[in-house]
Amino acid sequence: MANMAQAIRMALHYAEEHLGVMDIFGEDVGPPLGGVFTATQGLKRTWNSPLDERGIIGTAIGLAMAGQRPVAEIQFADYIYNTIDLLKIAGNTHWASNGDWNLPMVVKTPVGSGIRGSIYHSHSFDATATHIPGWKIVMPSNPLDAYGLMLSACQELNPVMYLEPKALLRVKGEERIPGEPEDERQLSKMIDAPLGDRSAWRPQWPALEPYAVPIGKGKVVREGDQVTVVSYGRTLPLCVKAADTLREQGVSAEVIDLRTLWPYDWDLVKASIEKTGRVLYVNEDTEVTNFGEHLMRRTVEELFYKLLAPPRLLAGKFVPGIGLADALELASVPQLADITQALQKLAAEEP
Amino acid sequence: MSRPRLLNREEASSATLDRELLVRIHDVMVKARVLEERLIQMYKQGHGYFWIGGPGEEAFNVPLGLLMKKGQGLDSDYLHAHYRQSATLLALGEEPIGALRQMKNTATDPYSGGRNFAGHFSRREWNIAPVSSPIEVQYAIAPGTAMAQKRHGGDGITIVTGGDAGTAEGDFASCLVWSSRPANPLPILIIVTNNKWGISTTADGQHGETRISDRGRAFNIRSKTINGNDPVEAWRELKEAMDYVRTERKPFLMEAMVSRLYGHSSASGANFVANEVDCLKEFEAKLEKDGVLTREQMEALRNRYTEELAAAARQVRDEPQPAPESIWNHIYAEGK
Ligand SMILES: Cc1ncc(C[n+]2csc(CCOP(=O)(O)OP(=O)(O)O)c2C)c(N)n1
Repeated sequence: MANMAQAIRMALHYAEEHLGVMDIFGEDVGPPLGGVFTATQGLKRTWNSPLDERGIIGTAIGLAMAGQRPVAEIQFADYIYNTIDLLKIAGNTHWASNGDWNLPMVVKTPVGSGIRGSIYHSHSFDATATHIPGWKIVMPSNPLDAYGLMLSACQELNPVMYLEPKALLRVKGEERIPGEPEDERQLSKMIDAPLGDRSAWRPQWPALEPYAVPIGKGKVVREGDQVTVVSYGRTLPLCVKAADTLREQGVSAEVIDLRTLWPYDWDLVKASIEKTGRVLYVNEDTEVTNFGEHLMRRTVEELFYKLLAPPRLLAGKFVPGIGLADALELASVPQLADITQALQKLAAEEP
Repeated sequence: MSRPRLLNREEASSATLDRELLVRIHDVMVKARVLEERLIQMYKQGHGYFWIGGPGEEAFNVPLGLLMKKGQGLDSDYLHAHYRQSATLLALGEEPIGALRQMKNTATDPYSGGRNFAGHFSRREWNIAPVSSPIEVQYAIAPGTAMAQKRHGGDGITIVTGGDAGTAEGDFASCLVWSSRPANPLPILIIVTNNKWGISTTADGQHGETRISDRGRAFNIRSKTINGNDPVEAWRELKEAMDYVRTERKPFLMEAMVSRLYGHSSASGANFVANEVDCLKEFEAKLEKDGVLTREQMEALRNRYTEELAAAARQVRDEPQPAPESIWNHIYAEGK
């Protein structure tokens, strides 16, 4: 099966062939490298930009004004912070012009921990992104969703922030992308650039088919009735593992992959909490003014009398960075054991 | 209102412009000045919260608007402006009442529906990108429309304008870098209207470069500093620069020296400053001397616009404010 980087690449190929995407650009996005995580190798519409994040976001806005459907990359989300006022402009242009202009653009950027990236290759961006109105914000946790969300993003009329959990970019999927060949070695031969000189290399794209993960729709990935856990990105597969372990111990946990952070699938979350009466929100951004805190507030305000226990948030520690040493990273952001424990505790909590 | 005919090369390079065009430029300059004075008055009478605008830049901004290729899409020119561009909008044929509506933040404000400050124009059907308050961001955005135009072919260009103090922002450097990439030079006219002021900070204490236009040289961008207080010079220089950008599909950096006749904004009082060159006054003296227009004709014109705008201001006064529930409108575009 394809990994997430390959899935994104295939989605972008589909988008440049069929969805009118004319520019896929950013630092080292074009040949010869095709992106530091290989997500843009072999694509027709890629080009390398100057090393200038404000220029990248600004140009994407301009291209979108001219109706070009750009996909812009910020190499690491750690370096998107100096573009925040441009992101705000992208988010407010439709509103500020009272509906006159709209910006069909995608910004993709790898986020989060998991590759021992130290202080400046481990930042999350979901808490900050969800503070910027006017964007749609998505974050896949597996290759098939990565493919389907990118296809939806490239058909949007509005700016879409596509957050790529970098710990999962090399993880293979469990479900086949429509059109993906049976044999993953064959896929690799077809679409992965060779090492060394690749100037003569051309990818051989499989006959990819459209597949949509609608923006705004979450997914129940494990059904359960005692406790709900809502997550996205890197921590989502950990929540699934934790739920599977707990199931063997007789605890039934429902796992929801939010997939879209804004506008998020409250109906799905709400229905699950109404069933279980217990909810744990998990993400790895720093925990103060965290997006999970918003979900907790809404849970308390709307579902208070249905709750059997206080809603909980498991998130990154509010420290200035993620340190390089193993122990530092593991202590800073939620790991499998933290999630399992938190779920266990919550499931056992009685009013 | 008819558009002025475009001059051919010989005419454009002669010392002055033909009579019809001089009269046309003067007409829009007066209209723009009267509009700004009306906006200031509205502010002072409590019919608006904040004023910022372009009195003192008419001699440059009117020719700019008259020379633009107006329309929507890649074959027309894009304008990424700052908040002193009313004269350019009027030169394009915009009705001045829209600016009054924005001043009064009425629901009828055609640019932002009562959401944004005066002078924050937006008009997609004419490729006028929404003006936003953060200084210099338009310089980071403009290369995007220019890039689309380059790919498209044709002779549409992108124009970006802003002040001198803002060039200290990184976005100005971004614009120079992105416009002159050897991989893809862009058809973009980069304009700086230099009034030598930030809000209260003067350029001489902050800027070591002799001229802002000198910064183009490092990027092999053709550059020039011109007297933006003379509409004839502005017309000719803009025409030449725009022809170059249109045909060569390469960037041009133009610095225009202009005046700031009512201070920075209403925050600094919006009172007339007597010690700066008034481009309209100078132009009128010249028109009178050259026998193009008489003093009486020019006064009659000013009176006519003053009356028209006073009537428009009265009309706007009674127009409804946006409804509170409208805050939820247009957060996202749907199904276009
Ligand atoms: C990024 C940013 N910083 C500060 C301000 C506040 N501000 C508004 S106008 C201005 C001065 C701008 O001077 P200049 O660029 O020369 O343009 P001018 O107003 O003189 O035409 C400042 C500091 C702002 N709007 N945006």
